[in-house]
Amino acid sequence: MKNILILGAGTAGTLMANKLRKKLNRKEWNITIVDEDKTHYYQPGFLFIPFGIYDEKDVIKPKSKFIPKGVDLIISKIEKIIPTENRVTLQDSKIDLKYDYLIIATGTRIAPEETPGLQGDLWYKDIFDFYTVEGAVALGERIKSFNGGRIIVNITELPFKCPVAPLEFVFLADTYFKKRGIRDKVDITLVTPLPGAFTKPIATKMLSGLMVEKNINLITDYNISEVDNAGKRILDYAGKAVDFDILVTVPTNKGADMIERSGMGDDLNFVPTDKHTLQAIGYENIFVLGDAANLPTSKAGSVAHFAGDFLEANLLSLINGTPMTAKFDGHANCYIVTSDKKGTLIDFNYDTEPLPGRYPYFIGPFGLLKNTRLNYFGKLFFKWMYWNLLIKGHDLPVTSHMSMCCKEVPKETK
Amino acid sequence: MAQKEFAGQLIDVNEEGYFTNPQQWNREVAAAVAKEEGLDLTDNHYAILEFLRNRYNSGEALSIRSINKSGIVDVKEFYSLFPGAPLKKSTKIAGIPKPSSCI
Repeated sequence: MKNILILGAGTAGTLMANKLRKKLNRKEWNITIVDEDKTHYYQPGFLFIPFGIYDEKDVIKPKSKFIPKGVDLIISKIEKIIPTENRVTLQDSKIDLKYDYLIIATGTRIAPEETPGLQGDLWYKDIFDFYTVEGAVALGERIKSFNGGRIIVNITELPFKCPVAPLEFVFLADTYFKKRGIRDKVDITLVTPLPGAFTKPIATKMLSGLMVEKNINLITDYNISEVDNAGKRILDYAGKAVDFDILVTVPTNKGADMIERSGMGDDLNFVPTDKHTLQAIGYENIFVLGDAANLPTSKAGSVAHFAGDFLEANLLSLINGTPMTAKFDGHANCYIVTSDKKGTLIDFNYDTEPLPGRYPYFIGPFGLLKNTRLNYFGKLFFKWMYWNLLIKGHDLPVTSHMSMCCKEVPKETK
Repeated sequence: MAQKEFAGQLIDVNEEGYFTNPQQWNREVAAAVAKEEGLDLTDNHYAILEFLRNRYNSGEALSIRSINKSGIVDVKEFYSLFPGAPLKKSTKIAGIPKPSSCI
């Protein structure tokens, strides 16, 4: 028997386990998946929790429900990978896991401990993240009793998971306080290390337009160095202070600590990965899927989903001794909610920035970089697709490669 | 492609003034670019520029955080060496592309 070992049973690992079990003969291949946590989180739903649109029940299900028959699920902390011996050691078991092929899908985590003062006296009192259920729920409680003042949404540094989430957060906050009739008493400011609301020019223009329309302030080129809890302000490396009543932080994102223990990560514990084949650089029999990789594209579930098709093709080629021909293009696709009624959609890859146009789909087309009601429902409908299709490794009715179909290409670019 | 003269040499630059050919860089050219940015280069400046160039040449990502790995200065001192937007300024003077943020 040969062994495929998948580390991490989040979006990427789970969908890969489902795909590979269908493709590989059970008499020849064992598939094992390891995760330290029994719970599967629907992470795109975290954003809605602070505003009471979703609650915890919407985003939590047991992991075991999504692991197919014929795949062994082990719940344990991973100690480290020993790539020279094709072996993984666990913290909760003395038995090591041997592999012929390894898929690293251990994702990214928030690391608030990287910023001095962030987890100080005000942590979960006036300072919150919304990248964990605990943070999102605590923030929801605080917002309910908030009757006016300054809300700062601060991105600590790049890269971070779901790069549009801070924008969605400020848009939903605008809607929420309007509904409560106190929008004029609340100052909402996005404080970002980026030079604008987003990175790519055309999307930035559309999104900053929306921010102006909604009276949301923007402070750019801001690299936070510390939080002054007593003064209720954040400071950057040049000493520039921004005051807050509530600080919503997007902390530094890091790969799993296990990657560091294995000596396989970069400065932030992300695994250097070939951006087309998805192999860990320097290791032919190790692949990386999802947020754990250092790919120059978004850290997002859509990327893990699209990349999964390419990883599957390349892994099967390698097993069959044929050349790997599948080349991942960095395809990402993100809904962006812009209020509780409307949303927009971006679709892009390594080479093509998000462009306006239409996104053909079986209940679409959705509008790309257009603010529509259908896009908002697309985002809500996506929860069903996620639980029922995506993590079960089923195909979605969209192409894995980014398609130029129905995109409006500006004159100055090709 | 645009060219600009620094320290008597014609340098290929893009529309934002970043070198398009990092090979054309040397210490004198760096001093001239720095002057345009209102900076007189010290040994610490040069050490950082070399660090950034080495990191760029080995294909590693450049970030504010990576300065802590330089062993030369910490991020706060990096800000005082290249005030305002330190990474943008220092990469321009180091003759390497402006770090792009992928998202």
